[in-house]
Amino acid sequence: MNDVYARAGSAADPPYLSPDYVGTRTRSPQRPLIVVPQTLSEITGPVYGHFDVTPEEADLTRQHAGEPLGERIIVKGRVLDEAGRPVPNSLIEIWQCNAAGRYRHAVDQHHAPLDPNFTGAGRCVTDEGGNYQFVSIKPGAYPWRNHANAWRPAHIHLSLFGPSFLTRLVTQMYFPGDPLFPFDPIFNSVAAKARERMICRFDLDATRPEWALAYNFDVVLRGSRATPTDPDHA
Amino acid sequence: MPERTPSQTVGPYLHIGLTQGAYGAREIFSATVADAGLAGTHIRIEGRVYDGEGNIVPDAVLEIWQADDQGRYAHPADGRPLASNSFRGFGRCATDKDGAFAFETVKPGCVPGPGGTKQAPHINVGVFSRGLLKRLFTRIYFEGDPAHAGDPILALVPVDRRATLMAKADPGKPSLFRFDVHLQGVSETVFFDA
Repeated sequence: MNDVYARAGSAADPPYLSPDYVGTRTRSPQRPLIVVPQTLSEITGPVYGHFDVTPEEADLTRQHAGEPLGERIIVKGRVLDEAGRPVPNSLIEIWQCNAAGRYRHAVDQHHAPLDPNFTGAGRCVTDEGGNYQFVSIKPGAYPWRNHANAWRPAHIHLSLFGPSFLTRLVTQMYFPGDPLFPFDPIFNSVAAKARERMICRFDLDATRPEWALAYNFDVVLRGSRATPTDPDHA
Repeated sequence: MPERTPSQTVGPYLHIGLTQGAYGAREIFSATVADAGLAGTHIRIEGRVYDGEGNIVPDAVLEIWQADDQGRYAHPADGRPLASNSFRGFGRCATDKDGAFAFETVKPGCVPGPGGTKQAPHINVGVFSRGLLKRLFTRIYFEGDPAHAGDPILALVPVDRRATLMAKADPGKPSLFRFDVHLQGVSETVFFDA
């Protein structure tokens, strides 16, 4: 059976062991992964789509009685494969901290206020062109205990499925020009040339006057290998 | 050509986004893969996730992907019709404060493999957690299944490591299986790269 998905492609995933990110030291496997063929079990994957979400779930500012505090933002973009083809009808889940840098999570003890009007979770499904859009507030930076005076740059977690078990991706979207980039071992676990792929782009055209700044973030999933009959490569 | 977006860890606050029920939001995934009425042998798989120091991992999430009892996937790449529309083959479960997870499902059937081979009943597993910069991928097989002898994936795993992939039936309750995940260490689970 030939591979359906290219093995290396444009992959730029971080290694499992990235010692500056302390959590990887005891949680990364030490034995080499066993390379296996791509069988029916891997080229299939969960199918979730428009029936599973409601449009309101893409707006994180309208989940409570009032509006959350912070800078309202639009986060939009396309989900593509490595051949540049859109990935339609594909579920995206996101989560983030509030504008003060606090997650609504039992484990988060950061001394910053919770916002009663902000949970920080959303989901949506890409349209036929692979487009998605969320409305949220800009997350704050927050401290963590990885090393002395460690702070995470502002980010939004994104979880994507794509068409198969092998296209599953969880990543983080960062904001342009964050001064914390040089000091963050999670951001820097990725090879330097690929870090910019995790940074969204300010989008003045999509910015809504008198209402919200827009950021554009395209996500590229592991892509179906092009075939000679593929019109994109004819 | 666009270049692939790198993976990043789910971090310690994954539950807000991935298992939202605890935060009052509507949940669309669950650890119950098979409704009570679904055809097949109904089983429960319980386990814990451990790190390289033998400590439990209370902030992981496991995702499973499996075929039905006839070995059919609920996906267009598997053209065979399913007996039930309610079966979607996917489950998600976060580990609890004791590092424990549990799935309710049916035992999958044999799945076609490459070159006319037959894959023994198995469940694909993805593991995410704080400290994992990208997903780990393994499989749950069922200890003692005679189909293991012809399984093309198990054949690639050194004999002395295959036990890490085997769910073990509870001696007192044959529908209950045990499957632990060891991210690192002497008992490290076999992880795959496809």
